[in-house]
This record gives sequence, structure tokens and C-alpha cells, in this order.
Amino acid sequence: MAGIYIHIPFCRKACHYCNFFFSTTLQLKNEVVDAILREIELTTGRKTEPIETIYFGGGTPSLLTTEQLKKILGKLHVEFMVSESAEITLEANPDDINAFLAEDWRRMGINRLSIGIQSFYDNDLEWMNRAHNASQGLNSIELIRGAGFENFSIDLIFGAPVTSMDQWKDNVSKAVQLNIPHISSYALTVEPDTALDKMIRQKKKMNTDPDEQAKQYEYLMDAMTAAGYEHYEISSFSLPGMHSRHNSSYWKGVPYFGFGPGAHSFDGQQRKWNISSNPAYIKSINEGKIPSASELITPIKRMNEYIMTSLRTAPGIDLQFFTESFGEENLKQLQTGFKTAITNGHAILNNDQFFLTKEGKLFADGIAADLFFPE
Amino acid sequence: MKNIRNFCIIAHIDHGKSTLADRLLQATNTISERDMMDQVLDDMDLEREKGITIKSHAIQINYKYKNGEDYTLNLIDTPGHVDFSYEVSRALAACEGALLLVDATQGIQAQTISNLYLAIENDLEIIPVINKIDMDGAMIEEVTDQIIELIGCKKEDILLASGRAGIGITEILEGIVERIPSPKGNPEAPLQALIFDCVFNPFRGIIVYYRIVNGSIRKNEKIKFVSTDQEYDADEVGILKLKMQQTQIVDCGNVGYLITGIKNAKEVKVGDTIISAANPAEAIQGFEEVKPMVFAGIFPVVTDDFEELRDCMEKLQLNDASLTFELETSQALGFGFRCGFLGLLHMEIIQERLEREFDQTVITTVPNVSFVAYTTRGEKINVNNPTEMPDPTQMDRIEEPFIKAQIITKPEYIGNIMTLCLGKRGILINQSYLTQTRVELIFEMPLTEIVFDFYDKLKSQTRGYASFDYHPLEYRESDIVKMDILLNSEKVDALSALIHRSRAQEFGRKLCEKLKELLPRQQFQIAIQAAIGAKIVARENISAMRKDVTAKCYGGDISRKRKLLEKQKEGKKRMRQIGNVEVPQEAFLAVLKLDD
Ligand SMILES: Nc1nc2c(ncn2[C@@H]2O[C@H](COP(=O)(O)OP(=O)(O)OP(=O)(O)O)[C@@H](O)[C@H]2O)c(=O)[nH]1
Ligand code: SF4
Ligand SMILES: [Mg+2]
Repeated sequence: MAGIYIHIPFCRKACHYCNFFFSTTLQLKNEVVDAILREIELTTGRKTEPIETIYFGGGTPSLLTTEQLKKILGKLHVEFMVSESAEITLEANPDDINAFLAEDWRRMGINRLSIGIQSFYDNDLEWMNRAHNASQGLNSIELIRGAGFENFSIDLIFGAPVTSMDQWKDNVSKAVQLNIPHISSYALTVEPDTALDKMIRQKKKMNTDPDEQAKQYEYLMDAMTAAGYEHYEISSFSLPGMHSRHNSSYWKGVPYFGFGPGAHSFDGQQRKWNISSNPAYIKSINEGKIPSASELITPIKRMNEYIMTSLRTAPGIDLQFFTESFGEENLKQLQTGFKTAITNGHAILNNDQFFLTKEGKLFADGIAADLFFPE
Repeated sequence: MKNIRNFCIIAHIDHGKSTLADRLLQATNTISERDMMDQVLDDMDLEREKGITIKSHAIQINYKYKNGEDYTLNLIDTPGHVDFSYEVSRALAACEGALLLVDATQGIQAQTISNLYLAIENDLEIIPVINKIDMDGAMIEEVTDQIIELIGCKKEDILLASGRAGIGITEILEGIVERIPSPKGNPEAPLQALIFDCVFNPFRGIIVYYRIVNGSIRKNEKIKFVSTDQEYDADEVGILKLKMQQTQIVDCGNVGYLITGIKNAKEVKVGDTIISAANPAEAIQGFEEVKPMVFAGIFPVVTDDFEELRDCMEKLQLNDASLTFELETSQALGFGFRCGFLGLLHMEIIQERLEREFDQTVITTVPNVSFVAYTTRGEKINVNNPTEMPDPTQMDRIEEPFIKAQIITKPEYIGNIMTLCLGKRGILINQSYLTQTRVELIFEMPLTEIVFDFYDKLKSQTRGYASFDYHPLEYRESDIVKMDILLNSEKVDALSALIHRSRAQEFGRKLCEKLKELLPRQQFQIAIQAAIGAKIVARENISAMRKDVTAKCYGGDISRKRKLLEKQKEGKKRMRQIGNVEVPQEAFLAVLKLDD
């Protein structure tokens, strides 16, 4: 079993908080797509693994034309064993979506969309420097439903300084009323060296308030659970049966291929990143070389990653799986670290699963760090 | 021996000693053009970064005097900052003469005077040099008068120079040969060499620097140190050029080095005498013991590293004879050392050197001066550490050290200086005009008031136009109290401070505020309290952290996020647990970061 991630490094407008790799000049789109096709051919490794998930991320994959997307998907089908039932997700921004395009996407086999809604309020969207407005957001949901997409996700950001609690509550209830099958929701994070980071340092924008973010997150958890959503990962909520299979594979350590500038991949041993520069990527691919750096994920790193990612999921750390993967000795050591979180009411150990309580979810990082094994 | 001259360069800080040394080395081709750089003798990274000399540095010069005779000149460049005055006093013991530099734009300053007195006490021949005469603001006439006044020399005895522009270098070299006496000593007598410095070298063991007073030292000869009476082979001897230079013999009157392969720091002591094993002589007089001015605790960041830290402290002490330390235990920090320093800069340098040269990250605690307490039972207790302070109910009285402060400044700053010193519990003793534009103020002040931020304040209050020196006076009775810091009601011994009652309240308030900034939020509220005895004088709260989780965690984020958490864990390991509160390393020095 394996997945495929394709990075489409183009955006119409740069959101201030964003630290993904993308370019707002779209000229190299064709060249990048061609290079991605080439990279898929150049890639060796276990291409016979059945591919269960494909994910077009970015950047903004909805900026690709139908032809471009078809070429890539076509190439993947030629080079890989894409399973019949594969989940094929495309990230799309509301300002790109129209009925024809959505129709094309569905026809070419894309069966899941992830829409960058972020908020149903214009003041939020402006503050974030998003390319779309609130009504485009609402409209896009209608359009994709019209094209027959029932499996889709929207992103919602909370905790920006302009997002009042009331506004946030309203955003959440809109999502619930719209019966959105999957919601990825996360606190606005000021990543180092982003435009937002600079603006805050220059006092042009207010900083986020971690206490307010905590309150909004707590509200989110309560409201979503009350509305029948499963809170299956720290930032992910879904109606029954609508989990993101692709993201879940990341958290389970399933290997995946990655194509495109800035794309990452994991083969079970190495995590790799392609170079984050469109011209350099194109040039190198045209010379027949995949330009990537890699990190060897040692058993200890793998263990720590498993702790970190699984703690974020609802079932938490699976002790049986842990023992099978990392051995009895490590399990013993791991268990010695459980006590504090349990006494604090932040975690529960039940049926060989160690998982976070609602309160614990607010402290997932600290709890994971405490359980880490030293290199 | 008649062609050897041993001399050092002494002056107030920044008057240009190391720069002048550069020119002397260049003029005599001691250092090749390729190896030359500004202040070449300041070879420690810290010296270069801070632009000041920290260690004395000896180097040998071969000089052809104008009559064609060859001379060996042993030069020692010394530091100017007060905190390193012990370096100066030991260098003086290896010399017969001193160049006393005075910056032509600054005139005589406080440490010019104190270093001059040190040199006179050691019977050195003084060659006064007015330096930096290339500068626009040079006041040659005025400074000449000041020097004549101070040392009672003749006008012709004063040399004019510029280390930067290379003026007066020949005159200085000739002056050294003509005016400084050659070393006395008997080359035929049994060996006696005074150790004035050492350094630990991980490959070669301990390298000893000495001045031969009598006899000579030969490669492979058997030698002993008087204080330990242990015998060693002189595996290597030589003289000090920019690097060490091996020789077969180091003669009477000369300065040299010795390597015996000793690795144990305890076996060598600065101030000890090297003698011949076959023909042992007496010890010669060593150095006065250093008298530390401030004390602070140094603890390993990770408790298990205590033994390693001890080893490193011993090795560092070889190269810094002014560092003293003894074992200390703290409830909060475990095993560590109570160290004595000559000042806060010295303390900072020690911490930095431990980190850079020995890879030891340490926690340094609140510094304090040494008090003397008398109990109701008539006992006298030296209080170098707040924990040694007797309980108030058992205390008869407590005394604190006073100093005599000498400040030289311009008349327009008298007002500011008065405000500053009186605010620091100073008593004005004397005010006198040295010249029309220079005034000397003498205060008696508690030492504790000057070790912290006094020097910085003085500089900012006078735009740098004040120099300052001090000398210990007696202990005087005083109202000193112990201020404790409590974190969630748990007393943190390592944060206690000894302070005058009149200052305690404000100090407590600021310290609590600073700690509030420095302590990371935790999952519960933290109460920070300052208390004198049972009385709480200040309080701050750190509200509970409500969230410690980052938003997304997709494929590409996993490595980055794992690294962040690894760092978070590493950071936690470096914190100390006090009750349920985690305290980072820098919080223990919060007291030095208080703003006004
Ligand atoms: N104009 C001028 N500047 C000089 C001269 N000598 C030194 N300086 C400058 O004065 C500053 C201090 O020079 P140093 O040689 O480091 O002084 P120092 O006396 O060795 O200082 P410490 O060892 O820290 O006491 C440097 O910026 C030098 O460049 C000089 O003759 N003329
Ligand atoms: S659209 Fe997405 S990838 Fe592009 S700038 Fe905005 S947040 Fe970043
Ligand atoms: Mg110097």
C-alpha cells in the first residue's frame, strides 16, 4: 500500500500566514507540469505497490487546466498500479471553482475535494489576504455539490486577532448547517519568516492570543461533537465514514511518493524533499536528475514520529502495534512516561490504546515531547 | 643576562597597550607580516569579540640595539580592566620595568594610578609613555603635566607615541634597553623559577609559564615544584614567541615555558617555585592570595555532569588564578560550586570560557558580596552565600564590606555622579580638582552597591567621561536582609539574595516582574513571591498555559514538527524542577537583568 502526493506550486495571491512553497507568477505552469510528468517517469522504487490515495496539494492545484490535470493523472495510471477504489483528492480554492471545471474533475476520476474556505467572513479573509471572498466561498460549495461531489472537506481557520468568538461560533454553525462532510480546522499559526510574522514584528498587525485560540478550539470540539462529527485527529473532523484516507496514511507512516517542486515523500526509511524552486526543479528534471534532499528516519525517529502523529489521532498510541514495530523494551520505557498525562486528566490508557482526552488535545505537543525517546 | 630586559605594558583600559605591543613586535620582526593582525596578542576569541585584553600575554622579542648588540626583550601585555588586575600584578613579578601608557586624549585615569602603584610596589622601573598622539584630541602638554605631577619624573623622561600610527617605537625600544635594568639573579645558583601562569592543553597536558630567578632549566632535567614536592621530567622547555619555541635551555633571568606531561590540574599552582630535583633550592615568594569581590554559584545544567564540571573548573583555574571555588549544594540546583570573582565581567568571562573552551553549559546564580554575621551566641560567620545567613532571631548584627571609590571626571558631571553615588548609599569623602577640567571624587560606599550595575550607570551618566577605581575598606554594620523567592510557595534557595532593607521592597518587585518574563507558562498558574522572612513583599502571577499544540501535521510537516518537539524536550531537560515549576537556566540570573 502506498500513496502519492503531487505538489502544485502556484497561487493567485499570497496569503499572509502561508509557509507552503508556491509562486504567484504562473508563467512556468506548463514547464512544471511537464517536469512533473518526467519526474514520475524518472522515479524508481516500488512502483508496483497498489496506490490507495492520490493527493493534489499546493499551492493551488485548482489553477491547473483540465488538460494539465488529465496528463498527470494519466501518467500516474500508466506508471503506477492505481487501485480501483483509490481516494483521489484535489485541493481547490473557491475563486477557481466553476461548474464546468468541477464537472471535469469528477469525470477524470477525482473523487474528493478539499476547499480552502478558511472563513465565511470577509474581514477574516481580507486579514489573511485570501484571494476569495465570503460569497465565493459559499457559492463554491454549492457548485461542487452540483457537480456531484459528496466527499469533500473545507478548511476553517480560527484564532486570528480579527476573529471574535461570536464570529467563530457562527463559522462553525454555518459549516454544520451546510452539512459539510469533512472539516480541517486549525489555529492561525504565525510561522517564522512569513509575511504575517514580519507584519507582527513591525507592529502592523496584531499578534494572535493563545488563550483566545484555546477557547475557540474548545468551542470547536464541543460544537462538532454535538453535531455528530467524529473528532478523529487534532485538526480533523468528519461525518461518519468520511475520514481523509490520504492524511490518515501520513499519520500511520504509510510510504508515499511525492512529485513536483517542494514535494515530500517517504519510503519507509527516508523522507525526501524536492527542491523548492520552480526553475531549479525544471532544469534538474530536464537533465534527468530529481533534485531532492533527504533525511534518514532512524528507528528512534520513526518511533518519535509515531508517538507524535498517533497521539494526535482519536485512537492514540496503539500499544500492540508499537510493540510489534519497536519491541518490548521500548514499550516498557514508553509506558513509564504515561503517568503524568493520565494523572493530569490529559490522557487515558484503555484496551492497549493510549489516547488524549479533550483537555489533553490542547497539550498534544508537550505530551508527545515528554514521551519522545532520546536519539 | 646583561642583555635581557623583562618588561610589561600597563595602563588604564583601552589606552592602547595591545596596539602598541603590535608595533613593537612588528618593528623587531618578531611576527611575520602574514601573522600580523590588530591586537595580535589578544588571541582568545572572547578578547577579540569584546575588544579588550583578558589574559596577560608574554612574548619574546630579539632586538638589535643601535650599537649592534643583540638584546632579548620579554614583553608582557596586560589587561586594563579592573576585574583582571590579578593578571597585571602577576605579570609585574616577572619584570624589572614597565611601560606606563597614558592615552593623550584621556589623561591619567583611575587604573593608570592603581597600576602605577602596583608597579612601584614591585620596584619596577617606570617608563611613562603618552600614547595615541596621532589623535585630534591629544592634549600632550596637559597630560605631560599630569604625569610629572603623578610620578615626579622629568619632562624628558616621558616618551611620545602612537601605537596606531607607529610613532615613537624606536625611542621606546631604545628606552627599554637603556632605562630598564637587566635581571639580577645568579646563573650558577640552583634553579628557582616563579610560575606566573599555566594553561591546560588537551594534547600536551599542563603548560607552565615561569620567570627564572636563579639558575637555569634544561630539557630533560628532573625538576620539582616546591609546594607538592613531586618530581617530574622537563620533557620540553622553551621560550614564548607567537607560538611556543623549543630550546635546550632557558637561562637565568628569562621567561619561558615548561611541559612535563602533567594532566592533573591539582599538581600545579600559580605562584609556586620550580626547583631542581638534584639540587633543590628554597621557595621564592609567590603571589598575594586573590581576594574575590563577588560570589556566585555555578551549577551544571544537567545534574549528572557535576564531576565533569569540577574537572573543567580545575583546568580553567590553572589559566585564571583569580578564580576561586568551593563545593556548594543547593536544594534547587544540586551539587555545584560557590565561586569567587573579581567582578561581574570576570564572572561573565568565566561562564563564557567554560562554555567555549570546555563545552560546559552552566547555571550561574545571583551574585553577592561577602558579609560577616555575628550571632547572639557570639559566633562570627562569613556569609558568602544567602543560605549561610543565620536566622534573624539568632543574629546579633551583620556587617558589609565598604570600599573607597575614586572617580575622575569632568566638572560638569559632578552633579550626576553625586546623585548616583548617594543613591547607592555612598558617603562623599573628598572632592578635589586635579586640573581645571578634571576633578577627583572620593566616596566610601558599600561594595555590594558597585558590583552590579554601577559601572554602566556611571558611564551613561557621564557619557563615558569618568574613570573609576576602588579599594577595599573595613566591614561596617548594616541592615542587610535575606530576600527569598518562592515559586508556588516553594522557596528557591538559588534565587535568594542579600540586600539592604531600604532596597528590598523595590528589588523584590522588580525581580518578580523579571521572573514573570523569564519563566515559561505552564499548565497551571505559577505564583511568584518575594519574601523577607515570613513577610511577602512582592507578588506576580503567571496564568496557566491553555494550549500547547500546533495546528496541522501533514506529510511535509512531520519532520519539521518532530524536530520542534525534540527541541522542546531538550529545552525541558535543561530546566530545573522546583516543586512543580520548571525553571530555565537564564531565570537564575534574572537579578542581573533588572531594568529601572
Ligand atoms: N588613534 C589611535 N587609536 C589607538 C591607538 N592605540 C590604540 N588605539 C585604539 O584604541 C582602542 C583600544 O586599543 P587596545 O590596544 O586594544 O587597548 P588596550 O589598552 O590593550 O585595551 P585593554 O587591554 O582592554 O585594556 C582600539 O580601538 C585601538 O584601535 C593610537 O595610538 N592611536
Ligand atoms: S492559497 Fe494556500 S498555498 Fe496558496 S498562499 Fe494561500 S494558503 Fe498558501
Ligand atoms: Mg589590550
